[in-house]
Amino acid sequence: MKEVFEPVIGIEVHTQLKTESKLFCSCSTRFDAAPNRNTCPVCLGLPGALPVLNKKALLFGIKTGLAFNCEIAEFSGFDRKNYFYPDLSKNYQITQDAFPIGTNGHIDVMTDGKTRRIRIKRVHLEEDAGKSVHEGGTITGAAYSLEDYNRAGVPLLEIVSEPDIRSPKEAYEYLLMLRRILLYLEVSDCKMEEGSLRCDVNISIRPEGSDEFGTQVELKNLNSFRAVERSLEYEVERQSQLVASGGEVIRETRHWDEASQVTVSMRRKERAEDYRYFPEPDLAQLNIRRSWVDEIKATLPELPAARRMRFIESYGLPEYDASLLTDTKELADYFEAVVREYGEAKTVSNWIMGELSRLMNATGIGIESVKVRPGDIAAMLKMIDKGTISGKIAKTVFEEMFAEGKSPETIVKEKGLVQITDEEELAKIVDCVIEENREVADQVREGKDKALGFLVGQVMKMTKGRANPQAVNKLLRQRLAN
Amino acid sequence: MGCRRLQGDRRETRLRLNELKAHELLPLIRRHEVTVEEAVTETLDRIAALDGTIQAYITVAREHALQRAKEADARLAKGEPPRPLEGLSIAIKDNICTKGIRTTGASRYLEDFIPPYDATVIERLEDAGAIVVGKTNMDEFAMGSSTENSAMFSTRNPWNLNRVPGGSSGGSAACVIANEAVFALGSDTGGSIRQPASFCGIVGLKPSYGLVSRYGLIGYASSMDQIGPMTRDVRDCALILNVIAGNDPRDSQSYPGELPDYAGCLVPEISGLTIGVPKEFLEEGLSGPVRDAFMKALDRLEELGARVVEVSLPHVRHALAAYYVISSAEAGSNLARLDGVRYGYRAPGQEDSASMMAASRGEGLGPEVKRRIVLGTYVLSAENREKYFNEALRVRSLISRDFQEVFKTCDCLVGPTSPTVAFEAGEKTRDPLEMYLSDVYTVPPNLAGIPGISVPCGFDEEGMPVGLQIMGKQYDEATLLRIAYAFEQATDFHRRRPEVPQKTYQSESAGGERSV
Repeated sequence: MKEVFEPVIGIEVHTQLKTESKLFCSCSTRFDAAPNRNTCPVCLGLPGALPVLNKKALLFGIKTGLAFNCEIAEFSGFDRKNYFYPDLSKNYQITQDAFPIGTNGHIDVMTDGKTRRIRIKRVHLEEDAGKSVHEGGTITGAAYSLEDYNRAGVPLLEIVSEPDIRSPKEAYEYLLMLRRILLYLEVSDCKMEEGSLRCDVNISIRPEGSDEFGTQVELKNLNSFRAVERSLEYEVERQSQLVASGGEVIRETRHWDEASQVTVSMRRKERAEDYRYFPEPDLAQLNIRRSWVDEIKATLPELPAARRMRFIESYGLPEYDASLLTDTKELADYFEAVVREYGEAKTVSNWIMGELSRLMNATGIGIESVKVRPGDIAAMLKMIDKGTISGKIAKTVFEEMFAEGKSPETIVKEKGLVQITDEEELAKIVDCVIEENREVADQVREGKDKALGFLVGQVMKMTKGRANPQAVNKLLRQRLAN
Repeated sequence: MGCRRLQGDRRETRLRLNELKAHELLPLIRRHEVTVEEAVTETLDRIAALDGTIQAYITVAREHALQRAKEADARLAKGEPPRPLEGLSIAIKDNICTKGIRTTGASRYLEDFIPPYDATVIERLEDAGAIVVGKTNMDEFAMGSSTENSAMFSTRNPWNLNRVPGGSSGGSAACVIANEAVFALGSDTGGSIRQPASFCGIVGLKPSYGLVSRYGLIGYASSMDQIGPMTRDVRDCALILNVIAGNDPRDSQSYPGELPDYAGCLVPEISGLTIGVPKEFLEEGLSGPVRDAFMKALDRLEELGARVVEVSLPHVRHALAAYYVISSAEAGSNLARLDGVRYGYRAPGQEDSASMMAASRGEGLGPEVKRRIVLGTYVLSAENREKYFNEALRVRSLISRDFQEVFKTCDCLVGPTSPTVAFEAGEKTRDPLEMYLSDVYTVPPNLAGIPGISVPCGFDEEGMPVGLQIMGKQYDEATLLRIAYAFEQATDFHRRRPEVPQKTYQSESAGGERSV
């Protein structure tokens, strides 16, 4: 019988905080400036320069800690992590080792309809390093390297999970939820492609049912959440086969090769690196006042999980709708803005998840740049209710709204799309269609419903969709009744 | 008639200008009896005449100083009110960053480093009208007690050219007693202001940790570093402290409280105060002449009406060990930035960045600096951290508690500043531990963050000065200065000056104008 292994996964996420200035100096955090433009004696590590903590970064850290249900430290502080690297201007990183801002938190993650609680070990602040550019592409082959310290000192928040994740899919869902929360909090852009969110993953396997931990492997070069999932799938398989065939997993760092979808051994980790942490003497200890934490708590937005529940309970939406609509704060806000003006939540949900999503996907436009104002969707839905336009016409109108940002009233007026509700006018058109399609009309008289559909279609075609299909149906049946 | 007489006065004054203390020179400048340019030129001429012998300066900023002097005179001529330190020539220890003036830390590694910014203390002094005339020699990155660890050259003690001036602020101490500056700034991590002040017979104050901004001071041990004044008397010390003390948002460890007018606190009245003498400061290792001078100082304090009592600081015997562990740990990390990548010395001919960084440090840093980096790395390593670094932190808090305990009953503590007078050049360079012992009495205040001042309290039979260290409560520099002032006013050790044989100034050996 094949032995079944269970993966044990922990994830460290580094996310850049959206502050105007760096963590310990007033340099801008913009990432697209000319090399070394956003630097000063502090972030360049010039002799004599001293760090001063950015209060906004601390606030963002506390906010995030609270959102991840962490205990916020009353006494916190910074430590130095010592190692030499050319992009690290002081050759130590100011980080939080002994007293992180937040500890013992958790988030709930739903995978395949099942919710599991993933514990958050710690949330802490630290500074980012600069960037090395190796002329020739690789470190070893380069003729020389250039250093850009624009990123040096940009505030990072490190969010470390406990090894509670039990499948690659769950890892993926965990990351989605984590990013969703950070975006709801508006503390980070979370753009993996710009490096404002990075993750390192640890994975080990053990026989299902075991309480012990296996040998950990660290995975690097994970440039998307999908890469995290796939690399973990690969590792679970690799390690399971290895152990099943009597082999042993070694403690090492492996590189995810996106092109060939495999992990490759980078370096063995004989023992943990010694970073010689010690309290950063250039910064004072932080005494975080409870009253300040309470104030911050009061400003927390409604978080994704809570909002999802509320969408289900107070709007009566299906779980599926609620999940999709609360995926981003912007989308959820948009939905609620429409619902405020047009009460029928499920109808609004259908339009947003249907037409709006379709157009957004087709054009690559995100909800934050959509031209359609929530009030215009509500107005359009009311026009359907009043019979001013048909549901079918509404789709055309909506496309125009999406493309041009005009109000539905304007579009309907400009294009003459008002539904023909006048029975006399409609009757004339119906008669005309019967006249032109005698054979089909006869078939209808003989009871063939399919034929009726054809005639309705003809009427709609003549009216360019402006006829009310129900009314047309009714008229045709009256005329062709035996 | 009046005009000629004024000129006569000026000529007479001019003869003594560089001997004047800050508080003596200031009124002359305020009354327009002396121009700033005249005063600064006096100092620069004195440097030119003497520094070939003393070798106190690494860089003399002659053009810079004269330019600033002319600007100051122009301001005064326009009728602008004189500033608190108008026209005073200051010497700055070469580990304090001066914008546009080379700042080396007395290290080969920073031999050509010209900071793009001023330390906060420089901004404050210049705003107050003081004029930087040069940068003084020191032990490399402030690691040492004799200024012999300078990568540039050694500084001589003006009282005896064969002796060391102390360290690490040896250049600042020597230039002040030799009248090569009106006053100087030093830095003190374990005694680097007080011990050279004692060796050179001047006043040197290490303020409470956090009283003076460290922004722009090349970090040695960040949790203990303080910048402080080195002056010819206590009144000057208070004047300078008034300008440099006070909260600085750029130094997160800076004290945020209100500060008194230190010069205004100087009344020579200490009757009724209780002065403690830690018995641990009078145990073995204290030299006879220093003990004698110190005992006489105690008598004098009693005569002034103070109550002198013996106290105990039971944990200070571990202070030196704890100090070297903590300071080396912090120093190793602080100096890691000197890697050849961004500024300073870069070793040529290296294949990759790692070997370039290693070679730049290997070639650019001196032996004592390397010794402490190795020590600091060792005591923080995973296997030793608990045994050394954490243990030292515990000792440190015990020492702080010892001080808190005695300050419940004492207004201040006194002891000798250093166990000996200035020693011979080369006497202790071969034994670093012997050298470290020179700081045995000055280290405890740094560990506890309290202020300490050294004031002249006598001379040995060979004419070498002895210093009295007075230690006060944290942020109570006012009382400290008052006691120091009362003692000084009751003695005349601070009035003596060494006779320095003049030797023509050699710009090569003293750094010259090269990087201004």
